[in-house]
Amino acid sequence: MIQKLDYLTETASQTAGPYVHIGLAPGYAGFDIFENNFGNVVAGPNTKGERIKVEGRVFDGTGTPIRDVLLESWQANSEGKYNHPEDTQQKPLDDDFRGWGRMASDFETGVYTLETIKPGAVPGRNGSVQAPHISLWIVSRGINIGLQTRIYFSDEADANAADPVLNLIEQEERRKTLIAKRTERDGEVVYQFDIYVQGENETVFFDV
Amino acid sequence: MTTVRPNSDPNVRMPAEYFQRNRAVHPPGYTPIYKTSVTRSPQKALLSLEQSLSEMTGPVFNHNDLGPLDHDMILNYAKNGEPIGERIIVHGRVLDESGKGVPHTLVEAWQANAGGRYRHEKDTYLAPIDPNFGGCGRCLTDENGSYFFRTIKPGPYPWRNYVNSWRPAHIHLSIFGPSFSQRLITQMYFEGDPLIEICPIVNTVPDKDAIGRLVAPLDLNATVPLDSRAYKFDIVLRGRRSTLFENRLEGN
Repeated sequence: MIQKLDYLTETASQTAGPYVHIGLAPGYAGFDIFENNFGNVVAGPNTKGERIKVEGRVFDGTGTPIRDVLLESWQANSEGKYNHPEDTQQKPLDDDFRGWGRMASDFETGVYTLETIKPGAVPGRNGSVQAPHISLWIVSRGINIGLQTRIYFSDEADANAADPVLNLIEQEERRKTLIAKRTERDGEVVYQFDIYVQGENETVFFDV
Repeated sequence: MTTVRPNSDPNVRMPAEYFQRNRAVHPPGYTPIYKTSVTRSPQKALLSLEQSLSEMTGPVFNHNDLGPLDHDMILNYAKNGEPIGERIIVHGRVLDESGKGVPHTLVEAWQANAGGRYRHEKDTYLAPIDPNFGGCGRCLTDENGSYFFRTIKPGPYPWRNYVNSWRPAHIHLSIFGPSFSQRLITQMYFEGDPLIEICPIVNTVPDKDAIGRLVAPLDLNATVPLDSRAYKFDIVLRGRRSTLFENRLEGN
Protein backbone atom coordinates (compact mmCIF):
# COMPACT_ATOMS: atom_id res chain seq x y z
CA MET A 1 0.00 0.00 0.00
CA ILE A 2 1.42 3.37 -0.95
CA GLN A 3 0.67 6.49 1.02
CA LYS A 4 -2.72 8.01 0.50
CA LEU A 5 -3.23 11.58 -0.72
CA ASP A 6 -5.47 13.10 1.87
CA TYR A 7 -7.27 15.70 -0.18
CA LEU A 8 -10.97 16.16 0.31
CA THR A 9 -13.31 16.31 -2.67
CA GLU A 10 -15.41 19.32 -3.53
CA THR A 11 -19.07 19.01 -2.56
CA ALA A 12 -21.22 18.20 -5.60
CA SER A 13 -23.25 21.02 -7.09
CA GLN A 14 -27.04 20.78 -7.19
CA THR A 15 -29.42 22.99 -9.11
CA ALA A 16 -30.51 26.24 -7.47
CA GLY A 17 -34.09 25.23 -8.31
CA PRO A 18 -37.12 27.42 -8.98
CA TYR A 19 -37.19 28.99 -5.51
CA VAL A 20 -33.61 30.27 -5.39
CA HIS A 21 -35.04 33.74 -4.76
CA ILE A 22 -36.19 32.78 -1.26
CA GLY A 23 -32.64 32.35 -0.13
CA LEU A 24 -30.74 34.79 -2.29
CA ALA A 25 -33.23 37.52 -3.17
CA PRO A 26 -36.31 37.15 -0.94
CA GLY A 27 -37.88 40.33 -2.33
CA TYR A 28 -38.36 38.51 -5.62
CA ALA A 29 -40.01 35.57 -3.85
CA GLY A 30 -42.56 38.07 -2.55
CA PHE A 31 -41.58 38.75 1.06
CA ASP A 32 -39.44 40.90 3.23
CA ILE A 33 -37.24 39.31 5.88
CA PHE A 34 -33.71 40.70 6.08
CA GLU A 35 -32.69 44.20 7.01
CA ASN A 36 -29.88 44.21 4.42
CA ASN A 37 -30.54 42.74 1.03
CA PHE A 38 -28.03 41.98 -1.68
CA GLY A 39 -29.09 43.35 -5.01
CA ASN A 40 -28.40 44.52 -8.51
CA VAL A 41 -27.31 48.06 -7.65
CA VAL A 42 -23.57 47.70 -7.24
CA ALA A 43 -22.52 51.33 -7.50
CA GLY A 44 -23.20 53.51 -4.46
CA PRO A 45 -23.72 57.29 -4.48
CA ASN A 46 -19.99 57.96 -4.13
CA THR A 47 -18.61 55.25 -6.39
CA LYS A 48 -16.15 56.61 -8.91
CA GLY A 49 -16.40 55.81 -12.58
CA GLU A 50 -18.79 55.86 -15.49
CA ARG A 51 -22.31 54.80 -14.47
CA ILE A 52 -23.63 52.04 -16.66
CA LYS A 53 -26.52 49.62 -16.81
CA VAL A 54 -26.18 46.14 -18.20
CA GLU A 55 -29.40 44.47 -19.20
CA GLY A 56 -30.49 41.46 -21.15
CA ARG A 57 -32.17 38.10 -21.04
CA VAL A 58 -30.98 34.54 -20.68
CA PHE A 59 -32.38 32.18 -23.31
CA ASP A 60 -32.80 28.41 -23.21
CA GLY A 61 -32.25 26.06 -26.15
CA THR A 62 -35.72 26.75 -27.58
CA GLY A 63 -35.16 30.52 -27.64
CA THR A 64 -37.43 31.08 -24.64
CA PRO A 65 -36.24 33.49 -21.93
CA ILE A 66 -35.36 31.77 -18.65
CA ARG A 67 -37.59 33.76 -16.35
CA ASP A 68 -36.42 32.28 -13.06
CA VAL A 69 -32.69 32.84 -13.57
CA LEU A 70 -30.35 34.40 -11.02
CA LEU A 71 -27.01 35.96 -11.93
CA GLU A 72 -24.11 37.27 -9.92
CA SER A 73 -21.48 39.70 -11.14
CA TRP A 74 -17.92 40.35 -9.96
CA GLN A 75 -15.75 43.15 -11.25
CA ALA A 76 -12.89 45.52 -10.57
CA ASN A 77 -13.42 49.19 -9.79
CA SER A 78 -12.98 51.96 -12.35
CA GLU A 79 -9.20 51.88 -11.81
CA GLY A 80 -9.01 48.15 -12.46
CA LYS A 81 -8.55 47.00 -8.86
CA TYR A 82 -10.56 44.29 -7.16
CA ASN A 83 -11.84 44.91 -3.65
CA HIS A 84 -10.09 41.82 -2.30
CA PRO A 85 -7.05 41.40 -0.04
CA GLU A 86 -5.14 39.44 -2.67
CA ASP A 87 -5.26 42.18 -5.26
CA THR A 88 -1.97 43.87 -4.38
CA GLN A 89 -1.79 46.28 -7.32
CA GLN A 90 -0.75 49.82 -6.44
CA LYS A 91 -4.12 51.21 -7.46
CA PRO A 92 -6.68 52.96 -5.26
CA LEU A 93 -9.53 51.04 -3.66
CA ASP A 94 -12.96 52.63 -3.86
CA ASP A 95 -14.58 52.64 -0.40
CA ASP A 96 -18.03 52.72 -1.92
CA PHE A 97 -17.60 49.73 -4.18
CA ARG A 98 -17.59 46.03 -3.27
CA GLY A 99 -17.82 45.06 -6.93
CA TRP A 100 -20.32 42.27 -6.51
CA GLY A 101 -23.95 42.20 -7.59
CA ARG A 102 -26.87 39.82 -7.68
CA MET A 103 -29.60 40.05 -10.31
CA ALA A 104 -32.83 38.09 -10.60
CA SER A 105 -34.72 38.22 -13.88
CA ASP A 106 -38.24 39.59 -14.09
CA PHE A 107 -40.73 36.70 -13.86
CA GLU A 108 -42.74 38.08 -16.82
CA THR A 109 -40.16 39.44 -19.23
CA GLY A 110 -37.03 37.55 -18.21
CA VAL A 111 -35.03 40.80 -18.23
CA TYR A 112 -32.22 41.22 -15.70
CA THR A 113 -30.54 44.55 -14.96
CA LEU A 114 -27.22 45.40 -13.33
CA GLU A 115 -26.51 48.97 -12.24
CA THR A 116 -22.82 49.50 -11.83
CA ILE A 117 -19.78 51.38 -13.10
CA LYS A 118 -17.60 50.40 -15.98
CA PRO A 119 -14.55 48.55 -14.65
CA GLY A 120 -10.98 49.39 -15.58
CA ALA A 121 -8.55 47.02 -17.26
CA VAL A 122 -7.05 44.39 -14.95
CA PRO A 123 -3.85 42.35 -15.15
CA GLY A 124 -3.92 38.98 -16.85
CA ARG A 125 -1.45 36.17 -16.44
CA ASN A 126 2.25 36.54 -17.13
CA GLY A 127 2.28 40.30 -17.40
CA SER A 128 -0.60 40.59 -19.89
CA VAL A 129 -3.48 43.06 -19.63
CA GLN A 130 -7.11 42.05 -19.79
CA ALA A 131 -9.72 44.27 -21.40
CA PRO A 132 -12.33 45.67 -19.00
CA HIS A 133 -14.82 42.94 -18.17
CA ILE A 134 -17.35 41.74 -15.62
CA SER A 135 -17.38 38.10 -14.52
CA LEU A 136 -20.78 36.44 -14.39
CA TRP A 137 -22.14 33.36 -12.64
CA ILE A 138 -25.55 32.05 -13.70
CA VAL A 139 -27.85 29.62 -11.88
CA SER A 140 -31.45 28.52 -12.23
CA ARG A 141 -33.80 25.58 -12.18
CA GLY A 142 -32.48 23.13 -14.78
CA ILE A 143 -28.88 24.39 -14.52
CA ASN A 144 -27.04 21.69 -12.59
CA ILE A 145 -23.85 23.63 -11.95
CA GLY A 146 -23.40 27.40 -12.17
CA LEU A 147 -22.34 28.71 -15.58
CA GLN A 148 -19.41 31.10 -15.70
CA THR A 149 -18.89 33.69 -18.39
CA ARG A 150 -17.71 37.29 -18.89
CA ILE A 151 -19.16 40.54 -20.17
CA TYR A 152 -16.85 42.67 -22.34
CA PHE A 153 -17.76 46.08 -23.79
CA SER A 154 -18.35 46.96 -27.45
CA ASP A 155 -16.64 50.36 -27.15
CA GLU A 156 -13.34 48.70 -26.14
CA ALA A 157 -12.55 47.26 -29.56
CA ASP A 158 -8.77 47.63 -29.29
CA ALA A 159 -8.52 46.27 -25.78
CA ASN A 160 -10.86 43.41 -26.70
CA ALA A 161 -8.75 42.54 -29.73
CA ALA A 162 -5.72 42.15 -27.44
CA ASP A 163 -7.53 40.38 -24.60
CA PRO A 164 -5.88 37.05 -23.72
CA VAL A 165 -9.17 35.36 -22.82
CA LEU A 166 -11.15 36.45 -25.87
CA ASN A 167 -8.21 35.33 -27.99
CA LEU A 168 -8.41 31.86 -26.48
CA ILE A 169 -11.75 31.38 -28.19
CA GLU A 170 -10.85 29.55 -31.35
CA GLN A 171 -13.90 30.50 -33.40
CA GLU A 172 -13.75 34.26 -33.85
CA GLU A 173 -17.49 34.38 -34.39
CA ARG A 174 -18.08 33.08 -30.87
CA ARG A 175 -16.04 35.88 -29.25
CA LYS A 176 -18.96 38.16 -30.08
CA THR A 177 -21.15 36.27 -27.62
CA LEU A 178 -19.18 37.91 -24.78
CA ILE A 179 -19.37 41.51 -26.00
CA ALA A 180 -22.14 43.72 -24.66
CA LYS A 181 -23.47 46.34 -27.06
CA ARG A 182 -23.27 49.93 -25.86
CA THR A 183 -26.45 51.98 -26.35
CA GLU A 184 -27.86 55.16 -24.86
CA ARG A 185 -31.36 55.52 -23.49
CA ASP A 186 -32.74 58.66 -21.83
CA GLY A 187 -29.20 59.91 -21.27
CA GLU A 188 -28.10 56.65 -19.62
CA VAL A 189 -25.50 54.23 -20.89
CA VAL A 190 -27.09 50.82 -21.28
CA TYR A 191 -25.14 47.78 -22.42
CA GLN A 192 -27.23 45.00 -23.95
CA PHE A 193 -26.01 41.55 -23.02
CA ASP A 194 -28.16 38.53 -23.86
CA ILE A 195 -26.98 35.07 -22.90
CA TYR A 196 -27.78 31.93 -24.86
CA VAL A 197 -27.41 28.88 -22.66
CA GLN A 198 -27.78 26.44 -25.53
CA GLY A 199 -28.03 26.36 -29.30
CA GLU A 200 -26.70 28.01 -32.40
CA ASN A 201 -25.70 31.28 -30.74
CA GLU A 202 -24.54 29.62 -27.55
CA THR A 203 -22.60 31.94 -25.26
CA VAL A 204 -19.04 30.91 -24.45
CA PHE A 205 -18.92 29.51 -20.91
CA PHE A 206 -15.73 28.87 -18.99
CA ASP A 207 -14.32 26.11 -16.85
CA VAL A 208 -12.31 28.37 -14.57
CA MET B 1 -0.10 32.09 -0.92
CA THR B 2 1.41 34.52 -3.34
CA THR B 3 3.94 34.09 -6.08
CA VAL B 4 6.07 36.73 -7.71
CA ARG B 5 5.96 36.05 -11.43
CA PRO B 6 8.89 36.91 -13.62
CA ASN B 7 8.34 39.56 -16.31
CA SER B 8 5.58 41.30 -14.47
CA ASP B 9 5.25 44.27 -12.18
CA PRO B 10 7.12 43.29 -9.01
CA ASN B 11 4.50 45.12 -6.97
CA VAL B 12 1.77 42.84 -8.22
CA ARG B 13 1.81 39.49 -6.53
CA MET B 14 -0.13 36.83 -8.33
CA PRO B 15 -2.13 34.69 -5.90
CA ALA B 16 -1.96 30.91 -6.25
CA GLU B 17 -4.57 29.22 -8.42
CA TYR B 18 -7.37 27.02 -7.15
CA PHE B 19 -7.29 23.32 -7.99
CA GLN B 20 -8.89 22.36 -11.25
CA ARG B 21 -12.54 21.53 -10.65
CA ASN B 22 -13.11 17.78 -10.67
CA ARG B 23 -16.11 17.68 -12.99
CA ALA B 24 -16.50 13.92 -12.42
CA VAL B 25 -18.12 14.54 -9.04
CA HIS B 26 -20.48 17.23 -10.35
CA PRO B 27 -23.58 16.70 -12.43
CA PRO B 28 -23.01 17.36 -16.13
CA GLY B 29 -25.22 20.07 -17.61
CA TYR B 30 -27.33 17.71 -19.69
CA THR B 31 -29.15 15.14 -17.54
CA PRO B 32 -32.36 13.92 -19.24
CA ILE B 33 -33.63 12.30 -16.00
CA TYR B 34 -33.98 15.86 -14.72
CA LYS B 35 -36.10 17.13 -17.59
CA THR B 36 -35.66 20.87 -17.14
CA SER B 37 -31.92 20.47 -17.75
CA VAL B 38 -32.50 19.34 -21.33
CA THR B 39 -32.97 22.83 -22.78
CA ARG B 40 -30.94 24.64 -20.12
CA SER B 41 -27.59 22.93 -20.65
CA PRO B 42 -24.77 24.14 -22.92
CA GLN B 43 -23.96 21.80 -25.81
CA LYS B 44 -20.57 23.23 -26.62
CA ALA B 45 -17.51 22.43 -24.53
CA LEU B 46 -16.68 24.81 -21.70
CA LEU B 47 -13.53 26.79 -22.46
CA SER B 48 -10.83 25.95 -19.92
CA LEU B 49 -9.38 29.10 -18.46
CA GLU B 50 -6.20 29.49 -16.46
CA GLN B 51 -7.10 31.68 -13.53
CA SER B 52 -6.29 35.37 -13.38
CA LEU B 53 -7.04 37.88 -10.63
CA SER B 54 -10.60 37.97 -11.98
CA GLU B 55 -11.16 34.35 -10.96
CA MET B 56 -8.97 34.25 -7.84
CA THR B 57 -10.68 37.15 -6.10
CA GLY B 58 -14.30 37.45 -5.04
CA PRO B 59 -16.65 39.43 -2.82
CA VAL B 60 -15.84 39.84 0.85
CA PHE B 61 -18.69 39.93 3.38
CA ASN B 62 -18.71 40.97 7.02
CA HIS B 63 -21.04 41.09 10.00
CA ASN B 64 -22.45 44.46 8.94
CA ASP B 65 -24.09 42.67 6.03
CA LEU B 66 -26.14 40.47 8.34
CA GLY B 67 -28.78 40.94 11.01
CA PRO B 68 -28.67 39.25 14.45
CA LEU B 69 -31.39 36.67 13.64
CA ASP B 70 -30.45 35.94 10.05
CA HIS B 71 -29.13 32.45 10.95
CA ASP B 72 -32.18 31.50 13.03
CA MET B 73 -35.06 30.40 10.79
CA ILE B 74 -37.17 29.55 13.85
CA LEU B 75 -37.20 33.18 14.89
CA ASN B 76 -36.33 35.30 11.85
CA TYR B 77 -39.86 35.34 10.43
CA ALA B 78 -41.85 34.60 13.61
CA LYS B 79 -44.93 36.82 13.59
CA ASN B 80 -47.39 35.54 16.17
CA GLY B 81 -45.59 32.44 17.41
CA GLU B 82 -42.98 29.99 16.27
CA PRO B 83 -43.19 27.88 13.11
CA ILE B 84 -44.69 24.39 13.20
CA GLY B 85 -42.46 21.38 12.69
CA GLU B 86 -39.43 19.49 13.95
CA ARG B 87 -36.89 21.82 15.50
CA ILE B 88 -33.40 21.12 14.20
CA ILE B 89 -29.91 22.55 14.11
CA VAL B 90 -27.83 22.25 10.95
CA HIS B 91 -24.15 22.71 11.61
CA GLY B 92 -20.80 21.83 10.14
CA ARG B 93 -17.71 23.32 8.63
CA VAL B 94 -16.87 24.86 5.31
CA LEU B 95 -13.52 23.36 4.31
CA ASP B 96 -11.37 23.47 1.23
CA GLU B 97 -10.01 20.40 -0.53
CA SER B 98 -6.80 20.65 1.50
CA GLY B 99 -8.88 20.24 4.65
CA LYS B 100 -8.47 23.80 5.87
CA GLY B 101 -11.45 25.61 7.34
CA VAL B 102 -12.72 28.51 5.22
CA PRO B 103 -13.16 31.42 7.65
CA HIS B 104 -15.61 34.34 7.46
CA THR B 105 -17.37 33.17 4.35
CA LEU B 106 -21.05 33.67 3.58
CA VAL B 107 -23.38 30.67 3.75
CA GLU B 108 -26.99 31.19 2.67
CA ALA B 109 -29.79 28.65 3.11
CA TRP B 110 -33.36 28.29 1.88
CA GLN B 111 -35.98 25.60 2.23
CA ALA B 112 -39.63 24.59 2.30
CA ASN B 113 -41.61 24.58 5.55
CA ALA B 114 -42.56 21.46 7.53
CA GLY B 115 -45.37 20.71 5.08
CA GLY B 116 -43.16 21.00 2.02
CA ARG B 117 -44.39 24.43 0.92
CA TYR B 118 -42.10 27.28 -0.06
CA ARG B 119 -42.84 30.89 0.75
CA HIS B 120 -42.56 31.87 -2.90
CA GLU B 121 -45.15 33.43 -5.16
CA LYS B 122 -44.52 30.74 -7.78
CA ASP B 123 -45.11 27.79 -5.42
CA THR B 124 -48.72 26.60 -5.65
CA TYR B 125 -48.47 23.30 -3.76
CA LEU B 126 -51.61 22.77 -1.67
CA ALA B 127 -49.78 22.40 1.66
CA PRO B 128 -50.23 25.63 3.61
CA ILE B 129 -47.78 28.48 4.08
CA ASP B 130 -46.67 28.74 7.71
CA PRO B 131 -47.32 32.33 8.83
CA ASN B 132 -44.27 32.17 11.11
CA PHE B 133 -41.76 30.67 8.72
CA GLY B 134 -39.83 32.49 5.99
CA GLY B 135 -37.50 29.66 5.06
CA CYS B 136 -34.30 31.56 4.49
CA GLY B 137 -31.25 32.15 6.60
CA ARG B 138 -27.64 33.16 6.29
CA CYS B 139 -24.49 33.33 8.37
CA LEU B 140 -20.75 33.81 8.17
CA THR B 141 -18.43 30.97 9.11
CA ASP B 142 -16.24 31.60 12.15
CA GLU B 143 -12.43 31.64 12.11
CA ASN B 144 -12.36 27.82 11.85
CA GLY B 145 -14.91 27.62 9.06
CA SER B 146 -17.74 26.47 11.35
CA TYR B 147 -21.32 27.53 10.72
CA PHE B 148 -24.76 26.72 12.10
CA PHE B 149 -28.41 27.43 11.43
CA ARG B 150 -31.45 26.75 13.57
CA THR B 151 -34.54 25.79 11.60
CA ILE B 152 -37.53 23.49 11.11
CA LYS B 153 -36.99 20.24 9.25
CA PRO B 154 -38.41 20.78 5.74
CA GLY B 155 -41.01 18.41 4.33
CA PRO B 156 -40.80 16.54 1.01
CA TYR B 157 -42.97 17.91 -1.79
CA PRO B 158 -44.22 16.86 -5.22
CA TRP B 159 -42.83 18.37 -8.41
CA ARG B 160 -43.46 18.01 -12.09
CA ASN B 161 -40.72 15.83 -13.46
CA TYR B 162 -42.47 12.52 -13.70
CA VAL B 163 -46.18 12.56 -12.82
CA ASN B 164 -45.42 11.24 -9.36
CA SER B 165 -42.06 12.77 -8.43
CA TRP B 166 -41.32 13.84 -4.85
CA ARG B 167 -38.27 15.74 -3.70
CA PRO B 168 -36.60 14.32 -0.60
CA ALA B 169 -36.53 16.76 2.30
CA HIS B 170 -33.66 19.14 1.62
CA ILE B 171 -32.08 22.47 2.41
CA HIS B 172 -30.51 24.53 -0.38
CA LEU B 173 -27.12 25.99 0.49
CA SER B 174 -25.14 28.71 -1.27
CA ILE B 175 -21.47 29.17 -0.40
CA PHE B 176 -18.86 31.71 -1.53
CA GLY B 177 -15.29 31.04 -0.37
CA PRO B 178 -12.63 33.69 -0.96
CA SER B 179 -12.68 33.43 -4.77
CA PHE B 180 -15.45 33.71 -7.34
CA SER B 181 -14.24 30.44 -8.90
CA GLN B 182 -15.31 28.57 -5.75
CA ARG B 183 -18.91 29.74 -5.92
CA LEU B 184 -21.18 26.80 -5.22
CA ILE B 185 -24.84 25.96 -4.71
CA THR B 186 -25.78 22.54 -3.41
CA GLN B 187 -28.54 20.76 -1.51
CA MET B 188 -28.31 18.97 1.82
CA TYR B 189 -30.42 15.86 2.39
CA PHE B 190 -31.30 14.05 5.63
CA GLU B 191 -30.06 10.63 6.68
CA GLY B 192 -32.63 7.88 6.27
CA ASP B 193 -34.93 9.55 3.72
CA PRO B 194 -36.10 6.88 1.21
CA LEU B 195 -36.79 9.56 -1.43
CA ILE B 196 -33.08 10.35 -1.82
CA GLU B 197 -32.16 7.38 -3.94
CA ILE B 198 -35.05 7.79 -6.37
CA CYS B 199 -34.74 11.57 -6.83
CA PRO B 200 -33.82 12.62 -10.38
CA ILE B 201 -32.08 15.77 -9.14
CA VAL B 202 -29.95 13.81 -6.64
CA ASN B 203 -29.17 11.33 -9.40
CA THR B 204 -27.80 13.99 -11.72
CA VAL B 205 -24.66 13.54 -9.59
CA PRO B 206 -22.77 10.75 -11.38
CA ASP B 207 -20.74 9.54 -8.40
CA LYS B 208 -22.27 7.46 -5.61
CA ASP B 209 -19.80 8.66 -3.00
CA ALA B 210 -20.42 12.26 -3.99
CA ILE B 211 -24.16 11.67 -3.44
CA GLY B 212 -23.40 10.21 -0.02
CA ARG B 213 -21.57 13.40 0.89
CA LEU B 214 -24.79 15.36 0.27
CA VAL B 215 -26.57 13.48 3.05
CA ALA B 216 -26.29 14.90 6.58
CA PRO B 217 -26.22 12.38 9.44
CA LEU B 218 -28.10 12.85 12.69
CA ASP B 219 -25.57 14.26 15.18
CA LEU B 220 -26.82 13.28 18.60
CA ASN B 221 -23.81 14.88 20.28
CA ALA B 222 -24.76 18.32 19.00
CA THR B 223 -28.42 17.85 19.81
CA VAL B 224 -29.86 20.18 22.45
CA PRO B 225 -31.64 17.82 24.88
CA LEU B 226 -35.41 18.37 25.10
CA ASP B 227 -35.17 21.09 22.42
CA SER B 228 -33.69 20.39 18.95
CA ARG B 229 -32.04 17.54 17.07
CA ALA B 230 -28.87 18.30 15.15
CA TYR B 231 -27.67 17.30 11.68
CA LYS B 232 -24.05 17.76 10.66
CA PHE B 233 -23.19 18.86 7.16
CA ASP B 234 -19.65 19.70 6.09
CA ILE B 235 -19.19 21.52 2.80
CA VAL B 236 -16.00 21.29 0.76
CA LEU B 237 -15.00 24.08 -1.61
CA ARG B 238 -12.20 23.91 -4.15
CA GLY B 239 -8.71 23.86 -2.70
CA ARG B 240 -5.79 25.87 -3.80
CA ARG B 241 -2.28 25.18 -4.96
CA SER B 242 0.58 25.62 -2.64
CA THR B 243 3.37 27.57 -4.27
CA LEU B 244 6.24 25.18 -3.52
CA PHE B 245 9.20 25.69 -5.85
CA GLU B 246 7.84 29.00 -7.06
CA ASN B 247 8.21 31.06 -3.98
CA ARG B 248 10.47 31.91 -1.14
CA LEU B 249 9.17 29.69 1.62
CA GLU B 250 8.67 32.52 4.08
CA GLY B 251 6.15 33.99 1.69
CA ASN B 252 4.17 30.80 1.33
